Amino acid sequence: MAVPGAWYLTLAAILFVIGAVGLLVRRNVLVMFMCVELMLNAVNLTFVTFARMLNDIGGQIVVFFVLVVAAAEVVVGLGIIVAIFRRRAGATADDISLLKG
Amino acid sequence: MDWAVFIVAGAAILAGALGVVTSRNPVHAALSLVLTLFGVAVLFVAQRADFLAVVQVIVYAGAIVVLFLFVIMLLGVDQAENLEVEPLAGQRPAAIGIGIAGLALLLLPIAFGRWEWLSGQPSVVGPARSATEPNVNLLAKALFTRYLVAFEATSVLLVIAVIGAVVLARRPLSTERQGETVTEEP
Repeated sequence: MAVPGAWYLTLAAILFVIGAVGLLVRRNVLVMFMCVELMLNAVNLTFVTFARMLNDIGGQIVVFFVLVVAAAEVVVGLGIIVAIFRRRAGATADDISLLKG
Repeated sequence: MDWAVFIVAGAAILAGALGVVTSRNPVHAALSLVLTLFGVAVLFVAQRADFLAVVQVIVYAGAIVVLFLFVIMLLGVDQAENLEVEPLAGQRPAAIGIGIAGLALLLLPIAFGRWEWLSGQPSVVGPARSATEPNVNLLAKALFTRYLVAFEATSVLLVIAVIGAVVLARRPLSTERQGETVTEEP
């Protein structure tokens, strides 16, 4: 028998919270960025689960767009990280808390 | 069988997620992220989202994680960091408290089974399952009819992202104009 949707939603909620706590706890900007990806994946899993439960392809369309936006976000975000590290090596999120360099 | 797939993939997802958060080395975090992304792809297949599972593996595990690893290697930040030091006093207990509160809030509608709180009424974009058509056809029909404008907008978004990456990655204009060999500043 198929697994009920509530289990998928619970798993996605746990995954989202792990990503959120990681984002709040870690100092390394690269790892913080990976935690954002974890949260995006949790939301994707939720959308696919609802697409199955409601028998509606719209949820899968949203996941498709989230994938595109995530790819663009990673490109720009890693560009910013490279630009920061070029200025000062070994920077953590605490070192770049000021707007002026 | 379905339960076995769900339990194995769910365990892989949670193990990978905890690995991302707790590993000292950014390379290990990136590899744990691959485990999570594959687990999510397996659950996509289990829910008949075949095309999205393929795209998940290609784009996320293929492109994005490789990009992460590339930047880690390029910047040379692949040494272990000390996780024992807590730079801001009380940050971790506060973060875990916020996490537990948020999890309770997310699980509340699931426990009561009131999906209308989360998702609104079932909408009418189109069926996700069909006896005759595969998943890719259903997805493509919705994408290229109802969501065509959004699809075109993503192409603009990708162009903007490419331009942004080029602008961020180039060296300052003033040093280029003088024709000097540009040296990296420490």
